[in-house]
Amino acid sequence: MKPASFDFLCPDTLEEALSALAEGGGEARVIAGGQSLVPMLNMRLARPGLLVDIMRLEALRRIETLGNEITVGASVRQAELEAWADLSRDLPLLAAAFPWLGHVQTRARGTVCGSVAHADPSAELPLSLVTLGGAVSLRSRKQKRKVKADDFFIGMMATDLAEGEMIEAVHFPKARPGSGYAFREVGRRHGDFAIVACAAVADDKGLRLGIAGVDDRPRVFPLPALDDDQFDDALNDIAWSLNARDDIHASARYRRELVRNLGHETLREASRCRA
Amino acid sequence: MPRMNAAQRHGVDFTLNGRKVRAEAENRMLLSDLLRHEIGLTGTHVGCEHGVCGACTVQIDGKPARACLTLAQQVRGSDVRTVEALAPAPAELSPLQAAFRRHHGLQCGFCTPGILMSLDTLLRERPEAGREDIREHLSGHLCRCTGYATIVEAALAAAEEQRKEETPNA
Repeated sequence: MKPASFDFLCPDTLEEALSALAEGGGEARVIAGGQSLVPMLNMRLARPGLLVDIMRLEALRRIETLGNEITVGASVRQAELEAWADLSRDLPLLAAAFPWLGHVQTRARGTVCGSVAHADPSAELPLSLVTLGGAVSLRSRKQKRKVKADDFFIGMMATDLAEGEMIEAVHFPKARPGSGYAFREVGRRHGDFAIVACAAVADDKGLRLGIAGVDDRPRVFPLPALDDDQFDDALNDIAWSLNARDDIHASARYRRELVRNLGHETLREASRCRA
Repeated sequence: MPRMNAAQRHGVDFTLNGRKVRAEAENRMLLSDLLRHEIGLTGTHVGCEHGVCGACTVQIDGKPARACLTLAQQVRGSDVRTVEALAPAPAELSPLQAAFRRHHGLQCGFCTPGILMSLDTLLRERPEAGREDIREHLSGHLCRCTGYATIVEAALAAAEEQRKEETPNA
């Protein structure tokens, strides 16, 4: 349970970090808070040749509201966003999700963008980003691009991130007044990875239900504004459309059942919160 | 900073329990191993080594953190506190430690250093912390002896004692 050896670089500028990532190719990885990557290193599921520590890059340590979008830079820790003064007004879904997200002790170190980069299929931040219709800003030495969150996650811990690229920031759409948001999760122990997590948004366009922990990535489903007693058929269709699998934590059947029950509760709460 | 070669040891300057220290570590060395094997502070325990059990919890810049999920090189310039910093003198326990003793908050003691460091942060940041806050902080720790009830009681007693000390006329 000790990491294999790697070179380490703690760059002073973003340019220096991007050059190192470009030269390192597939061997180089970004380390931020390390709460997802260091377990992978310890178990030697990841064996990078070079780690680039981005936590001293002040330019990436920002939470900014621009128009209808909240931008969270790559070195913002989860606890910093959790403590952000405007969180419950502008990102109520995240305010509801944070208590489920790891533990106080891991949120103090882990970053928002790091969780997105790790792309665990049951993780709360990727689920919230996809459900809200957010985006990810990617940066390499040669180019900058912005990808929709739904296109960024492509499979089990797999993303659209290319060699030499890093996440510069993630963008959450700001909550619109009058919209409803809800987050629910079932796990074995509070703060463990979810068996199933659900996030829902209710606004004037209808409902959106995001589901993590079932398919190989967070999935989001738009629904018309249904009445409470009409949720069941829609949720049953969603449960069967997801590629649920048996594993050590839960059976596929139990996961589908959680989609139906937890999904119902989450949709109902979001609809009720909608003023 | 130049690129640090994997094959060599590199200096890490940081503050440990209030004193400036300079240690040497390979890039791959975890903070938990730096503390225990290089510096010799074995109060920080190592359980699962992937962030689940919480035994290795220390404080980095005033916040609780898993030493096993932190590379030694990541604490350069930081302020690190370990369980060794809690007791005011060799034969004297801190109020939180004394409450653990009084309320049987430990049996084998393996998880205790990590739990103390998490609760120490909580009681410093939120002196008004109640049962729910304490349980929330404990959710990041595993204890296989106590069933947690005595740990919660100990933490509540320490919080109460701290509040009385801060408002002596109340």
